[in-house]
Amino acid sequence: MTRFLIPGLIFLLLAGVLYVGVVQSPNKSTMQSALLGKPAPAFDLPTLDDPATRITSAQLAGRPWVLNVWGTWCVECRVEHEVLMEIAGQRAVPIVGFDWKDDDDAAKEWLRQLGNPYDVVAVDKDGRASIEFGVYGAPETFFIDAHGIVQYRHVGAMTLDIWRREFLSRLPKQALP
Amino acid sequence: MIPELGHFTLILALILAVAQTVFGLVGASTGNVRWQAAVRPAVAGQFVLLSASMGALVYAFVTFDFSVVYVASNANSALPTFYRVAALWGAHEGSLLLWGWILAAWTLAVALASRNLPEAFASRVLGVLGFVSVGFLLFTLVTSNPFERIIPAPADGRDLNPVLQDPALAIHPPILYMGYVGFAVAFAFACAAMLEGKLDQVWARWTRPWTTLAWAFLTVGIALGSWWAYYELGWGGYWFWDPVENAVFMPWLVGTALIHSLAATEKRGLFKSWTLLLSILAFSLSLLGTFLVRSGVLTSVHSFAADPTRGLFILAFLVVVIGGALALYAWRAPLLKSPAGFEPTAREAFLLYNNILLVCAAAMVLVGTLAPLIADALRQPALSVGEPWYNTMFPVFMLPLMALVAIGIHAGWKRGQLGRSRLRILLGLGIALVLGLTLVYAGYGPGKWLTPFGVVLAIWIIVSSLFDPIDRLRRKLTLPRAVVGMTIAHIGLGVGVLAISTVESYTVERDVAIAPGESVVMGRFAYRFDDLEAVEGPNYDAVRARITVLKDGKPVATLNPEQRNYWVQRQTLTEAGITSLWNMDLFAALRADVGAGRWSLRAQLRPLIDYLWYAAGLMALGGIIAATDRRYRTRPLAEEAAAAERAGASPA
Amino acid sequence: MSRRLSFAAAVAVSMMFMSLRASPVDVEAMPTPGLQQRYDDLTHELRCMQCQNQSIADSPVGLASDLRRDVREQLIAGKTDEEIRTAMVARYGNFILFRPPFRSGTAWVWIAPFLLLILGVFVTVRIVRQRARMVESDASEPDDSAEGGTSK
Repeated sequence: MTRFLIPGLIFLLLAGVLYVGVVQSPNKSTMQSALLGKPAPAFDLPTLDDPATRITSAQLAGRPWVLNVWGTWCVECRVEHEVLMEIAGQRAVPIVGFDWKDDDDAAKEWLRQLGNPYDVVAVDKDGRASIEFGVYGAPETFFIDAHGIVQYRHVGAMTLDIWRREFLSRLPKQALP
Repeated sequence: MIPELGHFTLILALILAVAQTVFGLVGASTGNVRWQAAVRPAVAGQFVLLSASMGALVYAFVTFDFSVVYVASNANSALPTFYRVAALWGAHEGSLLLWGWILAAWTLAVALASRNLPEAFASRVLGVLGFVSVGFLLFTLVTSNPFERIIPAPADGRDLNPVLQDPALAIHPPILYMGYVGFAVAFAFACAAMLEGKLDQVWARWTRPWTTLAWAFLTVGIALGSWWAYYELGWGGYWFWDPVENAVFMPWLVGTALIHSLAATEKRGLFKSWTLLLSILAFSLSLLGTFLVRSGVLTSVHSFAADPTRGLFILAFLVVVIGGALALYAWRAPLLKSPAGFEPTAREAFLLYNNILLVCAAAMVLVGTLAPLIADALRQPALSVGEPWYNTMFPVFMLPLMALVAIGIHAGWKRGQLGRSRLRILLGLGIALVLGLTLVYAGYGPGKWLTPFGVVLAIWIIVSSLFDPIDRLRRKLTLPRAVVGMTIAHIGLGVGVLAISTVESYTVERDVAIAPGESVVMGRFAYRFDDLEAVEGPNYDAVRARITVLKDGKPVATLNPEQRNYWVQRQTLTEAGITSLWNMDLFAALRADVGAGRWSLRAQLRPLIDYLWYAAGLMALGGIIAATDRRYRTRPLAEEAAAAERAGASPA
Repeated sequence: MSRRLSFAAAVAVSMMFMSLRASPVDVEAMPTPGLQQRYDDLTHELRCMQCQNQSIADSPVGLASDLRRDVREQLIAGKTDEEIRTAMVARYGNFILFRPPFRSGTAWVWIAPFLLLILGVFVTVRIVRQRARMVESDASEPDDSAEGGTSK
């Protein structure tokens, strides 16, 4: 008798897994970064303003910073830009932009028209630095702490809500605006 | 106005489905003859009403009624008429309507063909089918109404997804659903038998032709999908182990097991509870597949926020239908006993081995498909299970199965008596080894280590299948359709294995950046890139390459791969250029403009790939021939049921 | 001398293809056939993160070609396949591997099908043994006309 119950029990287990899958499916887009808790990769890239000046990870060491990967070709980046401007206005933490596989003039034009939320924009023309960060689609935003450890990654357009919950909360208290 | 009518008939169809369920199930259990008599009219009515709904949606598409959200999202004024009709099943809402309509069509067929079954049994079968229909129509109406309006209507529509604008796609979903949904009939027969508490061999005989037919449709549907992916997705693959593909492949594997276990149940009264379970499983996996595809739980990371209400609705429905059936099973299956015995080399035993391997293979595919979800549920980091995993795992189950098929074909019922067929087995194996190893080592070259095994087993199956029919012909015995069908299907299997073995090992592929005038050489073949021209379609513009294929320096074919730019969806698609020779496909896909006058081109030679589609055709043909065997039609079945009852449980 | 020979060989090879005019360049040709084989294998088992179930070898999107470049450079730099996979997992997680690694956390994907198979074999053996014992007591005599057709 009991062995005929086995198919039903297996099915119930399966239904449980499917239930978790359905309920979690809206959050799937924020896939965890493999770099969480690990040191941020080193990079050395030219800046957008002046290709002769370079920005390196070493220059950013010692304080928390935020990395935003974007491109003028990216639709969602246009969506989040206003939010980035507001965040930049808070001056809570330096924001570094990676202009990912983009055209320099288009990027400059974009920042002139929409405003520049970045403290510095690094040009990642061939995408190598972004690959090191495990970027798979712009926009992505990383939080790196004072010890150079990646603490959070957000995939998709930034919102003020996520900014408060996942980024500001990770800042040391005295740095809060 | 017409879309509202369609919506209205859809609601009426739901009401009739409820009536069909209640009259069928309650009528049969209370023995109310008048209620039972009302079931068939409800079935017919439901089919007519759903046909009207389908018609209304087609009308909205053909007349460009963009005030209907579904039309506006899946059509455009530039979309050719043919695709406007096919767009009906181009997305979620319409696919569901098609699902419901095909279920109604199967139900109608059962209603018409079941007049010689005992009335109460037929009522139960139709009642169960009605219950499934209620679930799907409710789902359509509540979460996915295809007739929803948008006011004001947009000026033009967003067009049908360009990858779906293809002739094969126009027929792929309906045929696939014919198979998928067809397993509902086997499921309903199983449930009706369990409700009745009477499971004899007659039941197996009733359900067999239906199951085989559904399986044949599913086979063709899967092959069409694979063929479509091969020439439309533009990178030359034919099977990707994508969740969407697995969703149809699992029911196919279990359905294949089912049609074999039904043979043992019908013939020898064996494996009754197992056959029941498989009937439930085949349809459950169809439902699960619908769930996986429609709920979006398995789509890529980049599909943002699928709507969870749809997923939850189907999941709840799944739990009611499958959970209910399995509970019924746990209650009834212990009553089933069979006195039949068989030797380990008897046909029954081989059917059992076949079943275990097929079901294990389906379970393996299920593990792979759900692995990301299971990892999610266990709070593990995301993982991928892709082609390399499946390609390693699947042969573990399939190669032994192939060998068992080649031997098992010769086994007799009950005592096996394989000794009598020793000569045939060895002769078959000998022929297969000679032909297969010659083909591999003299024809193609060593290839992957699995290839010789695949090729030899494939030929062995084909040769083994031929012994019995040839023998019967020589002895001037009749050749029943069941035997003809089985033989053709098994030959199809062998041809398919042969095709897969060669394609997987001997495909030649080059990705090159090529400029007009240059050639890419692959063995004796050379693809010469002649020129590019601009062409314009009804809703796209394209560049089309002219590639002359030379064999030993002589032109044998011209390929015209295109890169199309669809205007409305702003999507670029590669349209592969393919020419089929008798033993291989010449394949070229234009991938991207890499600048400096060069294009990146993927050039392939795919040996024997067309035989994969022929194989599917043979299997389906075999299924259809077997399903139309005389013994399913000659004696009135009710009479036979009575006869079987008198004779007790002993096999016919 | 040897240089001359190789030149002659090169001429002979180019003569062979003369009728075909200039030959195109492989988009991502590797310097040796061995490396080419490893490159083909590796790029087929790495997932294109932006696509739905497509490998970086098959995907036309930009990120896939960047990752192919990365694989190529690492191969030429003398890295082993395992080192390249590890580097990819370090950035993108196990998700990038179409062939899940046999490590804690993912090994169950490899083990589960075999457990199922063992279970299946166990059940089969039991049923077959039990039925074989019943052959003598079972009086039914099936007709041996294959499939169970009505041929008589």
